[in-house]
Amino acid sequence: MSETRAPVLSVRDLAVALPAGADRALAVEHISFDVGAGEIVCLLGESGSGKSVISFAVMGLLPDNVHVSAGEIRLGDTNLLSLTAAQLRELRGDEIAMIFQEPMTALNPVMTCGAQLDELLSEHTAFSAAERHAKTLAMFEAVKLPEPERIFASYPHQLSGGQRQRIMIAMALILEPKLLIADEPTTALDVTTQAEVLALIKTLQRERGTAVLFITHDMGVVAEIADRVVVLQQGKQVESGAKHEVLQSPREDYTRMLIAAVPPIDPPELHHHFADAPALSVQELCKTYSSGGWLQKRRETRAATLVSFDVRPGETVGIVGESGSGKSTVARCITRLIDPSQGEVHLRDVKLHAGSREALKAARKRIQIVFQDPYRSLDPRQRVGEAIIEGPVNFGVPREQALARARELMTLVRLSPDVLSRYPNEFSGGQRQRISIARALALDPEVLICDEAVSALDVSVQAQVLKLLEEIQAELNLAILFITHDLRVAAQICDRVLVMQHGIVVEQGTTRDVFRAPTHEYTRKLLASAPGRAFQFAAAAAT
Amino acid sequence: MNTTVARVLRNGAVRFGGIVLAVLIAVAVLAPVLGTVDPAWLDAVNMNQPPMTKADWTGPDNQTAPRTLLMGTDSFGRDVYSRVLYGTRVSLLVGVSVAVVALLAGTFFGLMAGYFRRVDAVLMRFMDGLMAIPGILLAIALVAAWGARLSTVIIAIAVPEIPRVTRLVRSLVLSIREEPYIEAAISIGTPTWKILLRHVLPNSIAPMVVQGTYVCASAILIEAILSFLGLGLPSEIPTWGNIMAEARVVFSSAPHNMWFPGIFLAFTVLAVNLLGDGLRDTLDPKFNKRGAQR
Repeated sequence: MSETRAPVLSVRDLAVALPAGADRALAVEHISFDVGAGEIVCLLGESGSGKSVISFAVMGLLPDNVHVSAGEIRLGDTNLLSLTAAQLRELRGDEIAMIFQEPMTALNPVMTCGAQLDELLSEHTAFSAAERHAKTLAMFEAVKLPEPERIFASYPHQLSGGQRQRIMIAMALILEPKLLIADEPTTALDVTTQAEVLALIKTLQRERGTAVLFITHDMGVVAEIADRVVVLQQGKQVESGAKHEVLQSPREDYTRMLIAAVPPIDPPELHHHFADAPALSVQELCKTYSSGGWLQKRRETRAATLVSFDVRPGETVGIVGESGSGKSTVARCITRLIDPSQGEVHLRDVKLHAGSREALKAARKRIQIVFQDPYRSLDPRQRVGEAIIEGPVNFGVPREQALARARELMTLVRLSPDVLSRYPNEFSGGQRQRISIARALALDPEVLICDEAVSALDVSVQAQVLKLLEEIQAELNLAILFITHDLRVAAQICDRVLVMQHGIVVEQGTTRDVFRAPTHEYTRKLLASAPGRAFQFAAAAAT
Repeated sequence: MNTTVARVLRNGAVRFGGIVLAVLIAVAVLAPVLGTVDPAWLDAVNMNQPPMTKADWTGPDNQTAPRTLLMGTDSFGRDVYSRVLYGTRVSLLVGVSVAVVALLAGTFFGLMAGYFRRVDAVLMRFMDGLMAIPGILLAIALVAAWGARLSTVIIAIAVPEIPRVTRLVRSLVLSIREEPYIEAAISIGTPTWKILLRHVLPNSIAPMVVQGTYVCASAILIEAILSFLGLGLPSEIPTWGNIMAEARVVFSSAPHNMWFPGIFLAFTVLAVNLLGDGLRDTLDPKFNKRGAQR
């Protein structure tokens, strides 16, 4: 439908130059695409693909030392690159609006949500105060915020992440822009909230005929929302076309690889049975945080309530849940990074819940944890070799022997042993996560806890790390506790899963049973929210 | 690591401050061979001579010889050039020593307060109390109590700086201790003292170096103020502060006595501060980005 009309946004042969000394000369080059009215075009790419650079170029918000070196960007008949800063500022808000990834930092924390929209309206329109108020409330209603009057007077911190993102959408759309740029708008949101926000963007965009440039790294989101897709790799346009063409019959190897790396949400058949005694056994674990006391009224937050499960050698048990469900609290209690309030944790014969943290030093060796953020879980001032041998050396292994083992471990995690003398900043996210895994394995643990260990990684890297974990598990007969919010990942790697909500395990069983026949309502909702659920990625990649 | 050093050296403020400081250090070290005489020696014939006077000067060896008085003489007939150059030694020594003492003590207390909650409650209240007393008054009180020696002056200036360093280090430690790599170190069984030395300390060094330069600059100033007030080192040991104090009475007739130590003092403090700003811009990640965009 949109092909017949002139596109709202037209990008032709765009190239953006980076300052000297960057890892490449051009952030993006030879980028050409159109976004028509009422159309959603997804820019899909992994980190470093240059997708955000394109959106900043369109908005005229590139940093001072980065500039467009070739090509043109047209909004309707206007060449955006020929406008002055003042003219561009006029256009932003009026004609182009943007939604960012992190709704907390994009809203002004000291202004009420209503005032922020009101400011926008008084800046760009001639409405009276009463009209502005009415229009703002109507917009809040349109983005399905509950109690618009209350939201109007609320400050951003008083709202949930999903509500804040709705405010952002309301702000972006209230001036009825022709073009909406959405830069990873749902990445920071929980999966159920993400589904709602995606549906909302789609509905509003249909109603208003807005052209949407949607930037994402998530294949599932693309499947959910896109009309057309532009695939980017390392600043180059790999391919573009209608969603079904690109996702179902990709022409390029890179696209095929991306699609194949998306784990199917349907769990594979469970092959093995685990007859051994559990390596880790958690019984009725509770963690209650209390604040106040003394002078204020005592407030209690139950982060985890009566959590019980076993993990056997060679088995992977998953804990899935959204943020605030208490899944990380459970991991921290088990490793005694925090003290559980109640309940028992047994690592075979050792009681991890009892005794002081110091007395547990010997047991620490046997249970290891890999953290989520690969950029913060390695000490930036410590060479990776030192990081890997630190554990063994703590337990009295001679340095030379520990270093020899570290070299073996580097091979095990598919890295060259020669890089042990480098610092973490010389490695990519995926490589760092491998180093973290090597550090955990250096102590020959019986139990490995992965706390969102692959969540911060690009999908192709994620697939590699998951495969690596599986191989290591088979080789070392590790018991793995895998904590994730990503149902696709859980479906692929876990033998059994626990679903947690508000600190309570609402459902547990074999992954196949839980995913195919969920009994609890919350599990059903989670599964239904997984983006691109209807789409068979692996099948598409095979063609 | 080498790239960090290269980036620091590319910074203009670091270069300027570094070069000025290097010259001052050279002057301090080489003072005896730069044509100076004993700074305490007085030639009563030549009092309050203006700069660049060619005079017959009776030196410490009691030989009278023609000498160009580069910066003139003071009201006792002492050679201001020699006094200012020797004064550089005291100023730099006091500045650096105070920075080292304040950083060592502040780092120790900051690590303790930041990492151990129980220590924090007690120690920080004590530091708050110390900070409530104006630094210069505290220094005056301490010098008055202990007597004016170089070591006591250094300690007296360092003590009021300790709470400021402690606060900085504590705030750094509070954020570093929440980093996942600290949790990772705990879970691989690293003992607490090793976590503090190996992981927490190295990651807080950069802001501390910057803070150290500011402490150094303010120590040089406070030493000059103490000397000016007659509470610092005795006047046999020339410092910029006591040269200026003695110059005060003859300021209208012989202003050079005030000018030269003043200029040296101003340049030293400026150089140290510029060095600190440059280090902050290059070492502190928060300022890094802004620098890169320019």
